[in-house]
Amino acid sequence: MYALVDCNNFYASCERLFQPGLVGKPIAVLSNNDGCIISRSDEAKVLGIPMGAPEFQVREQLRQSKVHVFSSNYALYGDLSQRVFDILRQFTPNVEEYSIDEAFLNFDGLDENLDYHDYGLQMRNRILKWLSIPVCVGVAPTKALSKVANKIARKFPKQTSGVHVIDTDKKRIKALKWTKIEDVWGIGFRLSKKMKDRNIYTAYDFVDPRHRAWIKLQMGVVGLRLVNELEGQSVLELEAPLTEKKTIAVTRSFPKALNDFDALRERVSTFASVCAEKLRAQKSCCQTVYVFLKTVDYPDGKRKSRGYQQLMTLPFATQSTLTLVQTAVHLLTEIYRRNPDLIFAKAGVIVSQLCPENEKQFDLFADENPKHLKLMQAMDHLNQKIGERKVKIGTQGEKTWNMKQEKLSPKYTTRFDEILTITCR
Amino acid sequence: MPVKLTFIQPDLQSEIEIPYFDYGVSAGFPSPALDFMENKIDLNKALSENPLATFYIRVEGHSMSGAGIDDKDVLVVDRSLEPADKKIAVCFIDGEFTVKRLSKKKEGLWLLPENPKYEPIKVSDESTLIIWGIVTYVIKKV
Repeated sequence: MYALVDCNNFYASCERLFQPGLVGKPIAVLSNNDGCIISRSDEAKVLGIPMGAPEFQVREQLRQSKVHVFSSNYALYGDLSQRVFDILRQFTPNVEEYSIDEAFLNFDGLDENLDYHDYGLQMRNRILKWLSIPVCVGVAPTKALSKVANKIARKFPKQTSGVHVIDTDKKRIKALKWTKIEDVWGIGFRLSKKMKDRNIYTAYDFVDPRHRAWIKLQMGVVGLRLVNELEGQSVLELEAPLTEKKTIAVTRSFPKALNDFDALRERVSTFASVCAEKLRAQKSCCQTVYVFLKTVDYPDGKRKSRGYQQLMTLPFATQSTLTLVQTAVHLLTEIYRRNPDLIFAKAGVIVSQLCPENEKQFDLFADENPKHLKLMQAMDHLNQKIGERKVKIGTQGEKTWNMKQEKLSPKYTTRFDEILTITCR
Repeated sequence: MPVKLTFIQPDLQSEIEIPYFDYGVSAGFPSPALDFMENKIDLNKALSENPLATFYIRVEGHSMSGAGIDDKDVLVVDRSLEPADKKIAVCFIDGEFTVKRLSKKKEGLWLLPENPKYEPIKVSDESTLIIWGIVTYVIKKV
């Protein structure tokens, strides 16, 4: 049997742990740079605060409805997420961390007569008591069905107590009939529209043998696997964690639109240096550097936002901030030289073709200055000691570096000087 | 007789990790303590029996000074423990955090300060109380 454990409104729930007064009150959490709404409590959903809306567009609505707004506090969310996964590991060693607030579990090897509903309740209660984070648990013979079961648990909290088990064919069919096609795992918006054109409205319609050939045509083997999974035949197993990433991307929207080359250079330098830091942290080097810029949507509506990009493959693999920043700035200069009049809203640096640092190929004629390695080690050491990336290179400025995080809560669990302080009257 | 030399190219690409002993190899007497080496004391482990449910909280104020909890002390708080009579708890009562000793009386629950200058709080039917966690240790700078 598999389970999907999903934290309800995870970011909002994390904020409530240290502000219990906000239980039952509407909360919205903003993306990096306080850009868009990325998490809402149930109360905020009821108020009609739209998911993904840019903050400035709904600012008045948020104020009027007295929604408590937070900048995203990833230090806090990351710590609590890890605690949730570790608690789940007390119930089974087989845990796949699917996203920051979701995990797939597998119960192979556990007592065959296990009462899954009761076991799910125990998980739910432990996470709620220890971390005050409500979760829903869906249990079923396959991963795709456990997603379906989870959705039912979330939708019917009173009837299910937040835990739903699909363990009979009757329950499975009932669940499939209830599940809308757009809510099936792996069926996106576009695909679900096509499905509806063929009168496939529910997961139950989807597994109908009449559609099998068409699904194969549309979705290939992935679609057939999904059919199998929804029919109760497990074909997807827990995935091992990706220990090393294949690409590293650092992209941000600017707090305000930029045209000035120096300001753009500062941003791109900073993104490249964060890429380099991440590479060193996972002991990898990269060989390809990619820089992109995105223009603003022009208010006259005549010109739409457009992307510009440049890519360079280096003669040697590197993890040096100096090399990566130099390359990224070079690519930026290329883009800027051709389009000096554009106004940009967003930029990013992506590094790819990663290899482990101890397996990098040497080029006979081109290699990095070996002094870089030592310099980078010294820089990382200092930054870890002082914190907040105080040591950086010249093209990274002082000012624009800071993310806009006006409503950031303290890093309660990861910084000793930011732990919760309470007054004992 | 001429000396015959064979040159062997070292293979520098492969990595073989050779264990490194920084004791006992030199001619001296090996340290008799080595067999009894233990890990260093980790206060993080020692002070939190259940790290997954443990949080640190700083106190301001003097209402618990009789229990050894003074202004600016740091509490180790375990949310996995069940509240019980006489335990010191982090409480959230009527919209505010506080630290008090729980006291179960016939007439109901009391939150007791440990300083005569402060009044005990009776938990009435109207009050909303969340017992947030149980205090297990006090860390103080002297």
